[in-house]
Amino acid sequence: MSDQEKNSHSTRGRLKVFLGYASGVGKSFRMFDEGRRRRDRGQDVVVGALQPKVPIEIQPLLSSLEIIPTFNIKGVPVIDVQAILQRRPQVCLIDGLAYDNPRDSRNAHRWQDVEELLSAGITIVASVNLQYIGDQREAVEKLTGKRVTQTIPREFLDTADEIVIVDAPTEAATERRSALREMALVLSADVIDAGLQRYMHSHGLEQHLGTNERFLICLTPRANFERMMATARRNATRFHCDVLAAYVRRPDLSEADQKLLEQGLAKARENGAQVEVLEGQDPVETIVRYARSHGVTQIFVGHSVKKDLGTRMFGSTVSRLVRAARGIDVRVFPHLDRERQP
Amino acid sequence: MPESADTPRGSLKVYLGYAAGVGKTFQMLADGHAAAERGVDVVVAYFQPHARPDTIEQAQGLEMVPHRKIEYRGKTFEEMDTDAVLRRRPSIALVDELAHTNIPGSIRTKRWEDVQVLLDAGTEVWTTMNVQHIESLNDQVWQITGIQVRETVPDGIVRQAAEIVAVDVTPDALLNRLKRGAVYKPEMVEKALTGFFKGSNLGALRELTLRQAAHEVDLRQSAYDETRGFQVPRISEARPGGTPDNQPKERILIHITADPSTAMLIRRGRRVADYLHADCTALFVHQTPELSQLSAEERQAVEKHLRFARSLQIETRILAGTDIAKTVVDFARHSQVTQIFVAHSQVGLLERLRGKDFTEDIVRLAQDLQVTVVADRSRRQTLQ
Repeated sequence: MSDQEKNSHSTRGRLKVFLGYASGVGKSFRMFDEGRRRRDRGQDVVVGALQPKVPIEIQPLLSSLEIIPTFNIKGVPVIDVQAILQRRPQVCLIDGLAYDNPRDSRNAHRWQDVEELLSAGITIVASVNLQYIGDQREAVEKLTGKRVTQTIPREFLDTADEIVIVDAPTEAATERRSALREMALVLSADVIDAGLQRYMHSHGLEQHLGTNERFLICLTPRANFERMMATARRNATRFHCDVLAAYVRRPDLSEADQKLLEQGLAKARENGAQVEVLEGQDPVETIVRYARSHGVTQIFVGHSVKKDLGTRMFGSTVSRLVRAARGIDVRVFPHLDRERQP
Repeated sequence: MPESADTPRGSLKVYLGYAAGVGKTFQMLADGHAAAERGVDVVVAYFQPHARPDTIEQAQGLEMVPHRKIEYRGKTFEEMDTDAVLRRRPSIALVDELAHTNIPGSIRTKRWEDVQVLLDAGTEVWTTMNVQHIESLNDQVWQITGIQVRETVPDGIVRQAAEIVAVDVTPDALLNRLKRGAVYKPEMVEKALTGFFKGSNLGALRELTLRQAAHEVDLRQSAYDETRGFQVPRISEARPGGTPDNQPKERILIHITADPSTAMLIRRGRRVADYLHADCTALFVHQTPELSQLSAEERQAVEKHLRFARSLQIETRILAGTDIAKTVVDFARHSQVTQIFVAHSQVGLLERLRGKDFTEDIVRLAQDLQVTVVADRSRRQTLQ
């Protein structure tokens, strides 16, 4: 969550992004309309960048706003950073964040120009399309078949103090647009989540809110790791969420088991899981502590089969985990041997 | 009004928000105006009489069906007059606040039940609700905000909607509206700022709303793909790290008991089943030869849970069995269940020593199945 009061000691401007899932959903209109309202409320607003072609419905909004024109180098519009810095407005509107500047420009990318303006304390209100976000580009290309070369890094988007999704429902007939809309909704939720975590952190709260699912796979030498990983991946795509994998280092591990674990870890990394090797006396406590501090909602663990006196007294590792993991679901997977020998 | 059997059901559109004041009603009315201008026969079937000034202004010019006045404990309340709307037969009826509970003395208990009547009669309905009113999100909302929402709408009702519109505004903008007095009366603002509208609540609920909207879009796409056989890559495949989804369908079994934690278990099971596009069954096992031999208290609790499961479109089964864990696991094996959902049983050391840990029993017996032990998501347990 962005919190103006809390940031008042810093001089950095605030970044607000209007995200659209396709062109024509109206994000430029929303952005300039906000610019106009801010001006009406007495803020000092300028326009730092327009799209090459200004749609007709936006023109009336622009008439009341001061424009600092972009200059053209080899046909590419470039923000006049120097002029904006000299003018020092409170708010600068940038229609279109994802432009590569020509060679020998002040910055290689427009988002870096914007970064400079933010550092100078200017608030930026900007628009961008889903397909230009670094980590989304490939997926959008698969859906639309259109190639995009200019992107902004996802990390930059995550620093946004506010993100607004310009959501227009799609007709059923345009199922591609539905898929893009879904991606934009999830991306906005993820950016909000990043902001929430910053907010919690700045308020000294380590607790996670559980707004998004997160799976943690516990690695043990005998666990059916392949199955757990496949299930986690499949479920994660449904839940739009992350998968973590961890194991607790134990000194008494045989060489063979150690090898199995390392294979598991490598596999997890290949599958895009965030992998961690943990240190701790008690594996159960260590795993639960890690899960809690990483906002895990579901722990995946392999079945333990032992049933001796110690297990009966203190419970199996699995049931100790269940008891310790208050607030987190525990999903127990069949043992490797069980599955192989029915 | 009697309808012929071939009257097509009206379609439902839901404006989904995360708090009072985000602009759900405003947008619904604005869209209503746009439709009316296109010549569509639109009426406002229910509209909060104590609405906000800009919302009241937005309602001007739209035809309103007069509300039904109901006396209750010496006061007059207004509810939607469903019969009057049926007689008026509009193409589209705008109905504010889907989660509303009608005042005692009304024909139906819940407004969403009135909406069902309109839909059945072939009227298209547009309505508003907040994400925290979705039944299966109840525990998560409680966990996040510390507030237990009492007025809920079953997930199946939301699922009927042909269209979900996420009405989004940033928390900063919403707080500005609140402080300007555009949402609540001045004397209410302070209370709101320290209660529901405080700190991270708004951001978290907003995040939930967008995730829910994404999920609803996803479900509608899948349904559409299935009916039309489209070959467009699913988002789950197109997304970074996505995998093609050609696995056999998951089947979730929820174990029902008289314990209050069962409600939470049902909601969680419903939610996970929805996300995984899985089938979902709930099972109660009684040790007595007959169900009727249970104590009245236990039977009532179990029946309540079974009804609740059915209200969320979960198929329910009742079996007799002296060993509950064994009966549950056997049933799971015979019904091709892939995942058993059980609540975490709170047992002491003594009971464990005697081997009376039910969760443990299920886990031990179901060594060839996945067992999900569902956590208690009430706030007390997560804030330690």
